[in-house]
Amino acid sequence: MTLLFTNARLINPEAGTDSLGALLVQDGKIAETLPEGTEPAQLFRARNIDASAVEIIDCGGKCLAPGIVDIGVKVCEPGERHKESYKTAGLAAAAGGVTTIVTRPDTAPAIDSPETLEFVTRRAQEDAPVHVLPMAALTKGRAGREMTEIGFLMDAGAVAFSDCDHVVSDTKVFSRALTYAKSCGALVIAHPQEPLLSAGAAATSGKFAALRGLPAVSPMAERMGLDRDIALLEMTGAKYHADQITTARALPALERAKANGLDITAGTSIHHLTLNELDVADYRTFFKVKPPLRSEEDRLAVAEAVRTGLIDTISSMHTPQDEESKRLPFEEAAAGAVALETLLPAAMRLYHADLLDLPVLFRALALNPAKRLGLASGRLAAGAPADLVLFDPYLPFVMDRFQLKSKSQNTPYDGQRMQGRVLATYVTGTPVYRRD
Amino acid sequence: MSSPMSSPTSAPISPASFDHRHLLGIESLRPHEITAILDLADSYVDLNRRPEKHSDALAGLTQINMFFENSTRTQASFEIAGKRLGADVMNMAMQASSIKKGETLIDTAMTLNAMHPDLLVVRHPHSGAVDLLSQKVNCAVLNAGDGRHEHPTQALLDALTIRRAKGRLHRLNIAICGDVAHSRVARSNLILLGKMENRIRLIGPPTLVPGQFAEFGAEIYDDMREGLKDVDVVMMLRLQKERMDGGFIPSEREYFHRYGLDAEKLSHAKPDAIVMHPGPMNRGVEIDGTIADDINRSVIQEQVEMGVAVRMAAMDLLAQNLRKSRSDAAAG
Repeated sequence: MTLLFTNARLINPEAGTDSLGALLVQDGKIAETLPEGTEPAQLFRARNIDASAVEIIDCGGKCLAPGIVDIGVKVCEPGERHKESYKTAGLAAAAGGVTTIVTRPDTAPAIDSPETLEFVTRRAQEDAPVHVLPMAALTKGRAGREMTEIGFLMDAGAVAFSDCDHVVSDTKVFSRALTYAKSCGALVIAHPQEPLLSAGAAATSGKFAALRGLPAVSPMAERMGLDRDIALLEMTGAKYHADQITTARALPALERAKANGLDITAGTSIHHLTLNELDVADYRTFFKVKPPLRSEEDRLAVAEAVRTGLIDTISSMHTPQDEESKRLPFEEAAAGAVALETLLPAAMRLYHADLLDLPVLFRALALNPAKRLGLASGRLAAGAPADLVLFDPYLPFVMDRFQLKSKSQNTPYDGQRMQGRVLATYVTGTPVYRRD
Repeated sequence: MSSPMSSPTSAPISPASFDHRHLLGIESLRPHEITAILDLADSYVDLNRRPEKHSDALAGLTQINMFFENSTRTQASFEIAGKRLGADVMNMAMQASSIKKGETLIDTAMTLNAMHPDLLVVRHPHSGAVDLLSQKVNCAVLNAGDGRHEHPTQALLDALTIRRAKGRLHRLNIAICGDVAHSRVARSNLILLGKMENRIRLIGPPTLVPGQFAEFGAEIYDDMREGLKDVDVVMMLRLQKERMDGGFIPSEREYFHRYGLDAEKLSHAKPDAIVMHPGPMNRGVEIDGTIADDINRSVIQEQVEMGVAVRMAAMDLLAQNLRKSRSDAAAG
């Protein structure tokens, strides 16, 4: 199967370019990118391609970018399939331009053995139209006491190890797990947070939390968690990724660790990049995420860190919660928001606000996460899998959460005006979503 | 500043001067609305001092008190207020009931709503819970305290007490002392007294008076003598032992030594400064017993009296708005 995307605005995060051109796809892989004005007929003759077998897609000047690689998606199988299944998560991902989801192990029970990992891998293959790469827990039951069978889990397909929002507070356990993971070449993804300081917190400390009377945590808890992890990396040399850096105060520590040559990368969530603590307003629980939303100064500092490349990746941190988990007083309500489908439109807010350009956005959404996981995708380069998203960055709409394909519809963007929509998504050259 | 009126039920409060469906907090009230409540409450003070203390302002209406947290005085105050205005009052001790059986707050609210109450008085241990509940019911909701967020009727009764003792509710130096961090009373008072243009000082150890309160325009002191200098009003807060995770203060006796109100510390305030406390008091922890009982300085008993009057006024105003919206709905 050969595809030719013509008249496309090619977003190339590797080259840092945003220019009109064409893209040729053969056998599920990107064959080459072509300059503007390439004549299809000439191209087919030159490449010895049977023109009748080619599907030509006129992109009409819309953006064509590598499909998003989303690290940290929660699919609620096993345990809470009523919140999200592989089928619905896959459909939501396809509709959101996400071609690879890297799933979290914080299910019930946790994905901490090769057997549970095999179960989710099989479920994913049966039901999801996009690539699904599973993570496994770093410690059994995410309890922070005994490490999991990291070697067996890697053989079974685990691409990274994480206890998600459970911080391994016992530094001895964590340092041993990091040391062992290093010997296996495994990537450890951690949640930088001082767990005792942030215990019970539902908001970031400051005027807003004080006014609302919410238990709050100082943004310093994130830096303390990161500082500890960096010290352990110096000790162990492990391969480490911080799941979400959300505060300005954590950035200098991250910068020093990178400058010192540690194998460290960091991500942030789309919610922390596009919302701030004031959005909680009158205790709106759809805005309760973990860590809590930060100040506007923090949001802008984190966006700037994505621009400079200090923060490597942007994730949806897709966390489905049913209505019952959210229709509670703020302190009692569950944290998390769905975001697979809103990731790209929300990211366009950063583009329209002139904070980040499109190649930088796709560097953080696709290229860097793919690189960190050792995947060939995430780029518009010859030989890379044809995982592509076609989108219109200007198409306006009002977000209606009941139109989402996820089983849970807990999005903070409900009712908001957004600009930017996915038109089509391709996974290894096969269309998995087309907007009607 | 009391404004005697012949008949409290015909109080000249036009609906426009208090245009709210619920009383959830002080934050949403404007200064003239605060004044309207206090003016009406003044007239109810007069009523409450008569031998025959009854009005029909809430006749035919059903008031339900839902307390998800223990309370004796606030619940009693709301109950008496409702009964004096002729409402049918019912108390529900929510701690012992369905919450224990796993029912959610919203389900409880919907269940009660189906019984057609007119006024719901709610106290809940979580900030924002009363707000959430108010979105699911058709009646007027009064916040009787939600977590650390607000306790509007307490702030209103404090304001009425100050206004009657000092003759005004503006340009006063007011000190709020003690466990501000865990106190909804402190938040509501800070907002109300700020709206009425008073200077507010917060006094306490930094573990109980976090620095972010400076952003509300309050001055923060960790030295009580310095903080009390020349103030007109000293508001003590209860040291909420049950809220403490532990470790905010070293011991009760050290707390009393540094932040307990005694005659010596009070001598730094103005000679005519009044002493207030929302109750229940921990004598010998945050306040010396002799100060609390000093009828020349302490207005603690007046606060309790004003509490009933303010709650009568608030429920009267909300009931007027409720009846108006119902008759508008019936007409339209």
